[in-house]
This record gives sequence, structure tokens and C-alpha cells, in this order.
Amino acid sequence: MDVQPMNENNHYAIEARNLNIYYGNFQAVRDVNLTIQRNKITAIIGPSGCGKSTVLRAFNRMNDFILNSRVEGEILYHDKNIYDPDVDAVQIRRMIGMVFQKPNPFPKSIYENVAWGARINGYRGNMDELVEETLRSAALWDEVKDDLKKSALALSGGQQQRLCIARALAVKPEIILMDEPCSALDPIATLKIEDLMRELSHNYTIIIVTHNMQQAARASDFTAFFTMAEDRAGIMVEFGSTNQIFTRPRDQRTEDYITGRFG
Amino acid sequence: MKDFISSATQDDQSFEKFLRRRHKIAKVWQAVFYASTLIAIVFLATLLVNISNRAFGYVAVENRVDPDTLAARPLDDLTEEELAAVIRERLRPNRVRTIERDSGALEQQTWDQLYAIVIEEIVQPKVVKSYPLLESIFFPERVRLDVAENYPKAELEFRSWLNARFLRVPMSSRPELAGVRTAVLGSIYLILITISIAFPLGVGAAIYLEEYAIGENRINRIIQTNIDNLAGVPSIIYGILGLAVFVRTLGTFTSGAYFGIEGASTGRTLISAGLTMALLILPILIINAQEAIRAVPNSIRQAAYGLGATKWQTVWYHVLPYAMPGILTGTILAISRAIGETAPLIVVGASTFIVSDPTGPFSNFTALPIQIYNWTTRPQDAFRNIAAAAILVLLISLLSLNAIAILLRNRFSKRI
Repeated sequence: MDVQPMNENNHYAIEARNLNIYYGNFQAVRDVNLTIQRNKITAIIGPSGCGKSTVLRAFNRMNDFILNSRVEGEILYHDKNIYDPDVDAVQIRRMIGMVFQKPNPFPKSIYENVAWGARINGYRGNMDELVEETLRSAALWDEVKDDLKKSALALSGGQQQRLCIARALAVKPEIILMDEPCSALDPIATLKIEDLMRELSHNYTIIIVTHNMQQAARASDFTAFFTMAEDRAGIMVEFGSTNQIFTRPRDQRTEDYITGRFG
Repeated sequence: MKDFISSATQDDQSFEKFLRRRHKIAKVWQAVFYASTLIAIVFLATLLVNISNRAFGYVAVENRVDPDTLAARPLDDLTEEELAAVIRERLRPNRVRTIERDSGALEQQTWDQLYAIVIEEIVQPKVVKSYPLLESIFFPERVRLDVAENYPKAELEFRSWLNARFLRVPMSSRPELAGVRTAVLGSIYLILITISIAFPLGVGAAIYLEEYAIGENRINRIIQTNIDNLAGVPSIIYGILGLAVFVRTLGTFTSGAYFGIEGASTGRTLISAGLTMALLILPILIINAQEAIRAVPNSIRQAAYGLGATKWQTVWYHVLPYAMPGILTGTILAISRAIGETAPLIVVGASTFIVSDPTGPFSNFTALPIQIYNWTTRPQDAFRNIAAAAILVLLISLLSLNAIAILLRNRFSKRI
């Protein structure tokens, strides 16, 4: 896919247009229109089963691996629909990295965890430098610099999750998708990840799905609120700056949710 | 208030009674499990004792010629020249010429070879009676009396039928001289051929079925069902398949004639047997490998895909290494089955009497189970002894194969 020069007026990193996602006959997501700003943190919040993760996974075509899943509508990335037949999903996933709910480092050494993604994508530079640089930007270098050969599974949960972020950074993506990255972590590790996200947003676009509304309020620039329609399809209720969503929600359902009357 | 307390104590009492009953049931089950383990151990011990009983023990040996009368000094102290002289003196010239034609001039042979000729051709020891190990250990006096009474010319010696010579020499029609060299080599070749065919095919099929064919059409379901059923097909059926396909139809290839190799005249060769065995263990291998691949957590695959890995990179760098210990365990099971299989080899045509080592995939062969089966059907008592010794060889090689595979597996799982 050709990377076209960014139009000055074009500040979006990725955009969903009339997105409908089906699992077999079940419609999981209906008519989502969502524009993600570049170098900002966008949070997606909403009750369980409202399709947040489904939408997130649609952004880098991870839904391709789910049986019978079908995507309608467009997801525009560099003015190109990533679901077009001539688009290579492998390249999309390299440009749009992902961090998962449960820390899932490879059962290999710390070094190997970071280096592998770069290596399989044909990185030809100095690997040691790349590993150090990415571990530094994931705020993990000082903790692991003496144990790079140790198993990644020996790290704590929070460290593992930061390693997963470093691993995603090592392939130099433009966008990082985070699917409830802190749900398995304690509050201190969570804060570290949030600080890290803030740091990373200077260079990367981050989309984060979270159950934790304080986290969305603290860490994000924009917030999208999803909920379930009557037929259990996920719909987007409201999208706006985080400040606006949490202080002056326009929709009653948003207000109910963020004030805890519905959850 | 009083009512409440009394009812509570009553509840307590019935609860205590119930608890005692639960503990009792737990104890009974524990006893059952202990007993079943114990029974299994007893069976295993009986098997081993039974085999050892035959493989070791006193034997009464009658020599046709007393070795002490052959020369002035004991046989063991003679030099090569003296041994050669003894052979020329005692054997008919015709026989000497035959020996020299087969294995070279007497003067050029080693001491071991000459000694063997002296024993085999001149001394000709014959086991007239062999005693079980248990009798030899617990009633040696009775054994001695029996020998003195019934075999006055025989000498009593303690023999381990399983010895270095037994492993070194090929088949013979005289049990005292027979060995398992050809059979052991045949079995080793057979396993190597079988594994090098079945392992890549089996793992490949498992990868396809688990990683590429998920939830697709009916064809995959049919393949899967067939593999599951094939694992239970009796081995003799595979033997007949091997006979029809590899020995008969593909005889030109499996006899080596197509490749211009002077080997067997028919397709009853190692390669035919190896291919048949590979077919036999393939379903087991595939099912075990599938199981191992299925046990790889999906999060690992997703992590790899999320970095922009292709399917193959994901499988090769993450799924396979993760599944390898499990795959190797399955392979151990499959090898264990293959090494002990007899029926398909009989059908495919393993030779029951062969003295030359297998030279390659296109030579005739025999294998340990065939040899054991063959010996147990012979009428002479001493064949039973060497059959027991051969069973020990088979068991030991099986155990060492398993040990190697377990070591391999542990190394794989330890590599982080």
C-alpha cells in the first residue's frame, strides 16, 4: 500500500465509516462512524458486550481470525480502506500494532521478545540499539537492562505488559491499539502504563478500550461511548473530547453510564 | 433460645456423622487407587522376573571335544599362530578351505575370530539342559545333583544368555551360537526410516489440520474422522496394505532395482517395512501433534499476528516450538508402538533367517520382534533362553529410546 503524503487538513489517523461487524448472523456492531485524531489518545468505553473490542480489533484486521466474522463499511487508513481486497492484512498489522488485555509475552528472552517483530519484518539495523531504544521508550530499560537474556515470563505482570508495548513499538507502527491493557494489573502498574501512554502519544496514535472510567478520564484526549441497542448490537452513542464527555455529556445514556447509574 | 441451641447441637451431631461417612468413603477410594497401582506393579514385576528367569541361570554344557585336550596350555593363553595350528590339525582340510574362502586366510584373522572358530567348529559346546534363574539361585544343590545324575559328562556353568557376544553375532541355527546383531541393526534401520518418514508427514498434517483448516468445509471433517479411526485399525491390515502397495505394486522401487542397486530381488526390503510402519504410526503421531498444537495458547498467536507476522512465521517461530515437547511425547509413544510391532513385518516379509547385516534401505532384513517370535516357535529348549535374552534387548532398547526422547523433550521445554 502506498503511503500518501498527509493532507494538511487531514488530521485523522484512522477513520471508521458506516462500520458494521457481524459474527455469523449476529450483528455485533452497527453503523459506527469514528474518526481517530493523530497523536492523540482515544478511549473507547462502554458496558460489557457493547462491541468495543470488536471495533478495536477491526482497526488492524484481527477479526480476520474469528470464524464467520464479516465487516461491512470502510476503515480508512491513509485514505485507503484497509478491507479492500488489494490490502495486505500483514502490512496493516505492522503499521497498526496491538497490546492485549492479558500480558502475553512470548515464552522467550526479553531481548528476543522485542527483537523478533523487527527481525521478521526485515529490520536490518543494529538490533541491540533498537532493543535498548524501544525498551527505553516503554520505560522498561532501567528495570531489565541487566537481564535481557532472562525469560520474559519471569517479569511481573506490569513489566510484562510494558514489554508487550515495547514489542509493539519495535516494529515502528503508527497506531497502537490497546485492549484493556491494565485490567490484569494493580493500580501502581496501571499508573505506570498510563504515564507511558501519555509519553508515547507524542509519536504515536493510541486507541484504548477500557472498562475503567477513571482511566479514560485521566489518560485520554478523546472518548467514544458505546452501548448495546435492543438487538444487542453495539452502537456508538457519543464521541467527543474526554473533557466534554465526562463533564457535559450530550446523551442521557452517556450520563447514566459515567455517573454509575448504569453499568 | 434454648430450642435454637438444642437444634444446633442436633445438627452438629448429624453433620459430624455425615463427615465421618465422607472421610470413610474417601479412604475406601484411596485404598482402591493404591490397590490398582500395586496390581500394576506386581504384573510388571512378574513379567520381568519371568523373562529374567529364562535369560539367566545355570546351564549344563557338553563339549564334543574337551578344550583342555586341544593344546598343552589352556585355550585362552594360546597365540594366534597356535590357534591356527589347532584349527588346521583338528578340522578336515575341506572345512578349513571353506572357512578361509569365507573370511580370509587363518593367519590373517584376529585372535577373537580364531578363538570363535575353535569353539564353534572343534569344541562345539552344546547346552543339554538349562535351569531357570530362580532355581539356580535358591536351589543350586538340587541343580548340581541333577546334572551329576543325568548329564555326567556335562559341565555346570552360570550363563547370562544376554551378553556382549549375543549382541555381536548374527543368527544361527544353533541356539548356543545365535545372536541378535542382524535383528538389532534391522530394528534400528527400521525405526530410523519410519521416523524420518512419519515425523515430518505427521507434524505437517497436524499443522495443516490445526492452523490452516480450522472450521472449513466438510472435507476437513472427513479427513479428521478418518485419521481418528485409522489410529484404531489393527496393524495386520497395514501389513497387508504394505504388501500390496510397497512390496508388490512398487516392487521395482522398493527392491532398489529402479535405482540400479544390487540388493534384494523382491520388494521385501527395509524401505517397504519402514513405509508400512510409517503409515501405521502416522495417525497416532498426527493426533498427538494436533493435541499439542491445540494446547498452544491463542494469545501467543495473536501476539505474533499483531506484530505483522505471517501465518507461517507465527507457526514456525511460536506455535511449533511451544508445541514441540508435546509433539515429541507423541512421537515417543509412536516409536514405542513401531519398535514392538510384529504382525505387519511378517506380512511385508521380514526374513526369519538372515545372517548378513542390512546394508541400506534396499536390503532384506529381520527385526527384533520377528526374531523373538521365530525363536519361541522352535522346539529346542535353548531357543527359549535366547528368546528371553532378545526380549530383554528389545525392552532395554525401548527404554533407552524413550529416555532419549524424554531428555530431548525436557531440553525443549527448558529453553525458556
